[in-house]
Amino acid sequence: MKKSYQSLEVNITNNMEKVIHRKLSANILRLGLMVLLAFTTSLSAQDGDPAKGKALFNANCAACHKLDKKMTGPALRNVEARLSDEQGLDRDWLYAWIRNSAGMVKSGDSYANKIYNEYSGAAMTAFPQLSDEDIDNILAYTAEEKAAPAEGVAGAGAVATQAPATSGGISNEIILGALAILFILLAAGLYLVNKTLRRFAEAQNIELPEETKRTPLWKAFVQNQFLMIVVAIFFLLASAYYVYGYFMQVGVDQGYQPVQPIHFSHKIHAGDNGIDCKYCHSSARVSKTSGIPSLNVCMNCHKSIYEYNGETSPEYSKEFYDGEIQKLYAAAGWSDADQKYTGESQPVKWVRIHNLPDFAYFNHSQHVTVAGVECQTCHGPVEEMEVMYQHAPLTMGWCINCHRETNVAVKDNAYYEKIHEELSKKYGVEELTAAQMGGLECGKCHY
Amino acid sequence: MKSLIKIVAIAVVFVAVSCNKSTAPNYQFMPNMYESAGYETYGEAAFRDGVEAQLPAEGSVPRGHIPFDIDNTTEGYELAKASLTNPLDSTAVDLERGKELYNIYCGICHGTKGDGQGNLVKREKILGIPSYDDAGRAITAGSIYHTIYYGKNAMGSYANQLNEEERWQVVSYVLKLKADLEK
Repeated sequence: MKKSYQSLEVNITNNMEKVIHRKLSANILRLGLMVLLAFTTSLSAQDGDPAKGKALFNANCAACHKLDKKMTGPALRNVEARLSDEQGLDRDWLYAWIRNSAGMVKSGDSYANKIYNEYSGAAMTAFPQLSDEDIDNILAYTAEEKAAPAEGVAGAGAVATQAPATSGGISNEIILGALAILFILLAAGLYLVNKTLRRFAEAQNIELPEETKRTPLWKAFVQNQFLMIVVAIFFLLASAYYVYGYFMQVGVDQGYQPVQPIHFSHKIHAGDNGIDCKYCHSSARVSKTSGIPSLNVCMNCHKSIYEYNGETSPEYSKEFYDGEIQKLYAAAGWSDADQKYTGESQPVKWVRIHNLPDFAYFNHSQHVTVAGVECQTCHGPVEEMEVMYQHAPLTMGWCINCHRETNVAVKDNAYYEKIHEELSKKYGVEELTAAQMGGLECGKCHY
Repeated sequence: MKSLIKIVAIAVVFVAVSCNKSTAPNYQFMPNMYESAGYETYGEAAFRDGVEAQLPAEGSVPRGHIPFDIDNTTEGYELAKASLTNPLDSTAVDLERGKELYNIYCGICHGTKGDGQGNLVKREKILGIPSYDDAGRAITAGSIYHTIYYGKNAMGSYANQLNEEERWQVVSYVLKLKADLEK
């Protein structure tokens, strides 16, 4: 028995050595293959035009594919090299797949079915219009190295452009601070000098020249009855003005600019990108409230836009904006790595800015759809606001003023035809304001 | 003593100015006139998740609702593409309104001409938007409606921003754009 064990052990060690040898040779072979592949990919990269490929990629593929990040479809950086390396599939397979992927899935191609199932049955659109040359160009573009240095240069440029502004701010503050300290020292010095001189004078018994006694100016002023009456009237009027102003601003939130749980820049969305207000606030067309978009509306774009690449400032950096997009993903329950919803969503607690008192009725659809009032008329230059604030006072006087001045768009509107005819006869005018149509009646807004 | 009063007065003015923060709402006179007992839109309430905005009870059907039976799958898409047609007749199709809605909801990516060159594409925020005359897709009224209803690939669903009739108006306008592009 012992002997047989020993022989087994010997056998095993022999085998292990063999295995190691075999691994070594396999490794050498693989290395050779890799070198060869690297050569072939660099060769194949030459037979397509990456610049044309980029245009084609952006026009046709980028809806579902990114180069370095999984999206609706897989990441495509070096797809050709990876496919031939890992699956042994050549470019002809790619030609066939791109032109008719559904056909390949049906024909039972094993890798086609694997990838189809891996992406939960999302069929890739067929691109029969792409020629061999087009696909070569696209593959040349995907085979390009990641352009990391370009980003670094851009970043350095951004830092360089920002630097003077920030340093200017700091030096200004330093100068102001130094001036303030100088002023305080000067005042203290003068006070001390004055004090010491007086003490000297006292010590040497020098009489300080007495100021001649006169009725002080303020006493003369008080004794003048006319001046006192004028001052009293002025004082009363001024206080009445301020008290009135104080009471009139109670409950008015003009300029109210709360901090929102997710920093949403209207300037980037509505201004820079020119997205229509009603894209997100779609219920403003059809409902009383303008509507805060549900998060699926955000995800319409932010499934694709996972980072911010626009202008930045020291206060609002790229990291800051990217972090806010991550907050959106967390709230919507979107896993950016898996490109899937996790189902763990949570409502966002937005802070309401525009809030009419509940005794006043206001309907967005009446103003937006029927009257065709621009959103900016009441909400101000929203497309320029980095942080949203209340532009209008939203007081009754403000409402009424607009109703008095605005002509109703009665033209080509069957709804207003009859009332327009009668009212223009009654008032003798061609154009009717909202007030003339009853826009000032109490019951229209208070009931 | 006099100077002390002056200093205090200046300090009070400073404090009063600096306290005028715009991040907090103003105080109200008789606040219960402003906030009634009823629920405010999107307000807080003692419901699920603590919000007033709740989904309708399961199984409830909105007035005028017509169920859409085709599934959100590739097969459903093909079925819609082959069989679904626009229920609006030529008198009900309002291309003006379709254009208005299209420019709000679709034009930002698909371009106002439907060539896939919307503002977000031009600014390279979202890429790969196909033109409507793309031969590989060969869109039909049914496939457009299915895509608006469920979304497709990176595009999301627009069913909550457009009601059924509005969706079909947009479909009509997209088909017009497609015809214009193919000219």
